[in-house]
Amino acid sequence: MTKFQVNRRTLIKSGAAFGAGLALPTIFTSSARAYLNEPKGDTVTLGFNVPQTGPYADEGLDELRAQELAVQHLNGEGDGGMLNTFSSKALKGNGILGKKVTFVSGDTQTKSDAARAAAKSMIEKDGAVMINGGSSSGVAVAVQGLCQEAGVIFMAGLTHSNDTTGKDKKRNGFRHFFNAYMSGEALAPVLAKAYGADRRAYHLTADYTWGWTQQESIAKATENLGWETVNNVLTPLAATDFSSYIAPVLNSGADVLILNHYGGNMVNSLTNAVQFGLRDKQVNGKQFEIIVPLYSELMAAGAGANVRGVYGSMNWNWQLQDEGSKAFVKSFGEKYGRPPSNSAHTCYVQTLLYADACERAGTFDPCGVVEALEGFEFDGMGNGPTLYRADDHQCFKDVLVMKGTENPTNEYDTLEIVEVTPRAQVEYAPDHPMFAGGDLGQCNSGA
Amino acid sequence: MRASFMDAIILQILNGLDKGSAYAMIALGLTLIFGTLGVVNFAHGALFMLGAFCAVTLQRMLSLSYTIEDPTQKDFLGNPLKVDTPYIVSWFGDSAGNAIVNWSVPLAILFAIPVMLLIGYVMERGLIKHFYKRPHADQILVTFGLAIVIQEIVKYFYGANPIPTPAPDMFRGSVDFGVMIGFAQNEIIYPYWRLVYFLFSAVIIGAVFAFLRFTTFGMVVRAGMADRETVGLLGINIDKRFTIMFGIAAAVAGLAGVMYAPINSPNYHMGMDFLVLSFVVVVVGGMGSLPGAVLAGFLLGILESFASMNEVKSVIPGIDQIIIYLVAIIILLTRPRGLMGRKGVMEE
Amino acid sequence: MLGLSKKDTTFLLIVIFLTLATPILLQPFPENSALAQFNAGYPDLMQRFAIYGIFAIGFNILFGLTGYLSFGHAAFLGVGSYSVVWMYKLLSYNVLPGLILAVIMSALFALLIGFISLRRSGIYFSILTLAFAQMSFNLAYSVLTPLTNGETGLQVYTNDPQVLMGPGSPSSPHFFGIVMNESAKVDIGGWQFTFSNGYYFCAIIAIIVFYLSLRIFRSPFGIMLRAIKTNQTRMSYTGLNSRPYTLAAFVISGMYAGLAGGLLASMDPLAGAERMQWTASGEVVLMTILGGAGTLMGPVLGAGFIKYFENIFSKINDNILHTWFSALPDGLEDALVFMLHPFIGKGWNLTLGLLFMLVVIFLPGGLIEGGNRIWGLITGKGRKSKRAVKDNDHHPKPSAHVN
Repeated sequence: MTKFQVNRRTLIKSGAAFGAGLALPTIFTSSARAYLNEPKGDTVTLGFNVPQTGPYADEGLDELRAQELAVQHLNGEGDGGMLNTFSSKALKGNGILGKKVTFVSGDTQTKSDAARAAAKSMIEKDGAVMINGGSSSGVAVAVQGLCQEAGVIFMAGLTHSNDTTGKDKKRNGFRHFFNAYMSGEALAPVLAKAYGADRRAYHLTADYTWGWTQQESIAKATENLGWETVNNVLTPLAATDFSSYIAPVLNSGADVLILNHYGGNMVNSLTNAVQFGLRDKQVNGKQFEIIVPLYSELMAAGAGANVRGVYGSMNWNWQLQDEGSKAFVKSFGEKYGRPPSNSAHTCYVQTLLYADACERAGTFDPCGVVEALEGFEFDGMGNGPTLYRADDHQCFKDVLVMKGTENPTNEYDTLEIVEVTPRAQVEYAPDHPMFAGGDLGQCNSGA
Repeated sequence: MRASFMDAIILQILNGLDKGSAYAMIALGLTLIFGTLGVVNFAHGALFMLGAFCAVTLQRMLSLSYTIEDPTQKDFLGNPLKVDTPYIVSWFGDSAGNAIVNWSVPLAILFAIPVMLLIGYVMERGLIKHFYKRPHADQILVTFGLAIVIQEIVKYFYGANPIPTPAPDMFRGSVDFGVMIGFAQNEIIYPYWRLVYFLFSAVIIGAVFAFLRFTTFGMVVRAGMADRETVGLLGINIDKRFTIMFGIAAAVAGLAGVMYAPINSPNYHMGMDFLVLSFVVVVVGGMGSLPGAVLAGFLLGILESFASMNEVKSVIPGIDQIIIYLVAIIILLTRPRGLMGRKGVMEE
Repeated sequence: MLGLSKKDTTFLLIVIFLTLATPILLQPFPENSALAQFNAGYPDLMQRFAIYGIFAIGFNILFGLTGYLSFGHAAFLGVGSYSVVWMYKLLSYNVLPGLILAVIMSALFALLIGFISLRRSGIYFSILTLAFAQMSFNLAYSVLTPLTNGETGLQVYTNDPQVLMGPGSPSSPHFFGIVMNESAKVDIGGWQFTFSNGYYFCAIIAIIVFYLSLRIFRSPFGIMLRAIKTNQTRMSYTGLNSRPYTLAAFVISGMYAGLAGGLLASMDPLAGAERMQWTASGEVVLMTILGGAGTLMGPVLGAGFIKYFENIFSKINDNILHTWFSALPDGLEDALVFMLHPFIGKGWNLTLGLLFMLVVIFLPGGLIEGGNRIWGLITGKGRKSKRAVKDNDHHPKPSAHVN
């Protein structure tokens, strides 16, 4: 059997049907459906929106790999990965609700506009019922808003800003990834233990919303443990050379430098700080230290030897030894020959969670899916017992405190797990001031 | 905060000189191409990036390894660990071999010069020469297209993630510059490699000027920049010399990139980050003026560093985001052709 | 008709027909065929064609006629978008007040930037406009966040005042009740056509502004602008001050850009700061040159070309390639996929870059020149007429850069 002939046959058939069709055109208007993009055939289409060009292209590629793997597992191909360890057993490996899962992909370019255009094209042209992925908070918030307006489900990828499930939360949007507040709460005790409670911190912060929320969170958490915040300097997003921001640090009386940067910014600012020899210096009689609150494997690889001994936090890491993580690392590693990154993990888990919610709700209707996901408790996905909180659609789970490996044994051995901070320690009330001002609104099914 | 800002100011001047070095070298090459060939080269940032990737490539070539499986250790999937040993290390022994790998960035200078000259030559003969008589808009479009193509090819082979390319161990860490001129310890520290970068750029810029001033070749090129037709009428093959100048301009951008690799890990779009800035530098310096380009490069570098001082930022928030553009506007409004530009160049 | 010559009227009628039939013309392949991937007839992309067409038409009034190359037109696009979203936040989702404000605000911005930048010419002018736009972008991204919502982009929140919002008002952008994101889908045989309110709203505006630009091109004002491009020095010798004319052209094209930005926010109620970045300014320059600067339809073609690649090629992935070639023997299939792999999906930039180079090398007048050549081949008219056309509209005199 060859696909081409089938296509040609359909083409001929549709040509024949054309005449008949002309006489009887079917007109759908937006009000004549149960919900947007209801899958009518024997397949259901998911939309994977990841950065494929621009500085985060490699991270996007890893997310796409994980999503492809999730689709395989949902369709019963491969070894099933986390489906075997997932606490909910609704998924059977026969697609979702008996429909085979297919996917389309788009390029966010890590720009709000382009990301929305790509998501719209997947919704309008390809009939995607859900959008998954992304690698920045700006994009996540923008696409989440779009999905809310259009009436599909948005499963956020890597987005760490408090705003995504704070002032910009939406009923149709869900975040599995952890956030800046959690990073602060998990990191602070470890830092206090390692570096003492009497420290003076200097913050360099990327001058946009994610940077601000992270700086606020880290400063709050460390101050609660006795640290003093000496200064907070905002750096332009477009900056590539951070020397002029790092040069004054040593003279400021600070003995810790906290880099609230991500991606290329983080690689460069950390490299620059190490170049200036900050970590070889003694200030206030203490060894000078650098902290990078949000880590990712790719950024650690980009910074090379400079990450050694530097503390940070992560959502998940491939070195975790629980059954779920092991199963995922195994199937990902066997397929692609490399361990998955934590953004890949999030995108994989989000795809399974969405599929499971549809299965349990018995429908692809976004409102049904929202209901199934809200307050959903699960386990076996690598982060211990996890809750999708109904109040703000944020996942609550353990957080990892990481440190740059001192003596790496292979190219993937860049970070080591210092502590798995239990979920209880990073929980907060839904009306916490850092998350205030938002409103989930009503679910929208696009009907 | 202390009362004396002297140390802070000295630090920012050092930073500015360092940033200015990169701007000046790229702007110098742009101006050479523009002045000799009259071509607006939007692919110049890509040449800078290619230079940095020459360093990455040499580092990789020197680290080429053979693999043996070590059954005593396990990789992340629990299979026997594959241990890589660089050929260089097995040929030259541990210490000499590792030293060669360690010095890959300075060695890359030797590697990059022929590579960049060749790339420049091929670019000029293969593409740019067909655009001498075309409007600037077409030149922009074709070189911008070329820049994208070069970028994407690099991305295809090296990925989008930055690639750490460290300087030799000897140049790691920083020098306590303040102690030498009578400041207290730790007040003015500056990384060795950045000092190297500044000195390197001074040598390169000096060499280009000396070449143009003191060699016959340079004299002919300068004459050609001033009046191409007359030089041609004198029976001198100016085209061939201009091709070589294009190669030299490409090599200068490439060398700027090679030595920049340890400062910030190279990635495939680093050229675009510098492209816009270097155009601003060239124009502020004055179109077609080589000293202007160098002067503007250092000036904007230093002003950018000053603007990022906390003391300045607390008075005018966000000034470090716009300083370069603000200065460009002010200079262009007060000096119509930039700092040292000549009348009639690119004003149509 | 409408003050146009007979030839121009025909031209306008063709443009109107093409614009209105776009949802059908861009959907040439049946839904289930493998080639459906190349269909572009979905609302978002069609809207973008129309909006970026408007942007490019406006840019061409400045660049194509006067030769002044602005590298900062994206600033006006951003200003337009922010105006519209602010009107949503303060008044209601009706797009009209926002669009009016967008045009006014961008005109004011253009007046200010143009007044300063036009004191210089050539590349000095380009860098001045670039500097203004980059400053706007950098500030919008950071310091001006209260006004622009920074990285995330300005959007409407439920606690915004929206004083004109009645209980029955639509909760997404609309034009007196015509909701932009509603559409009618028509299935005919295997084909599916989407007729979207938003697209037709943009299309009608695009036709109106196209008509206006046609009038400008043919007016004494337009001729004056061409004279500036040809030889500004000689013009000033005749005692004419060219500055008011160039400033007027700058403001008009700024208003076009503001309108385009406003329409972007009318289709999708979010204004991102990236709209003001130099890459966005560069994009409209590329659109115009690619299509053919100084020609009426060229910039629109260029806009469509770039947006098509950005939205269609970036979505083709290896899986899709495999389904296309699944009829072929396995080895051949893999080889083909391997060969095409660098050019699709994440490699769409490469394809676009290569096409820029090919077009500018082989079609010096842009895509419109390609069209002319094909037309020449069809009608059998020789090269002569084509060259004449090219020299009228687009006369890049090889200028002496070196003197």
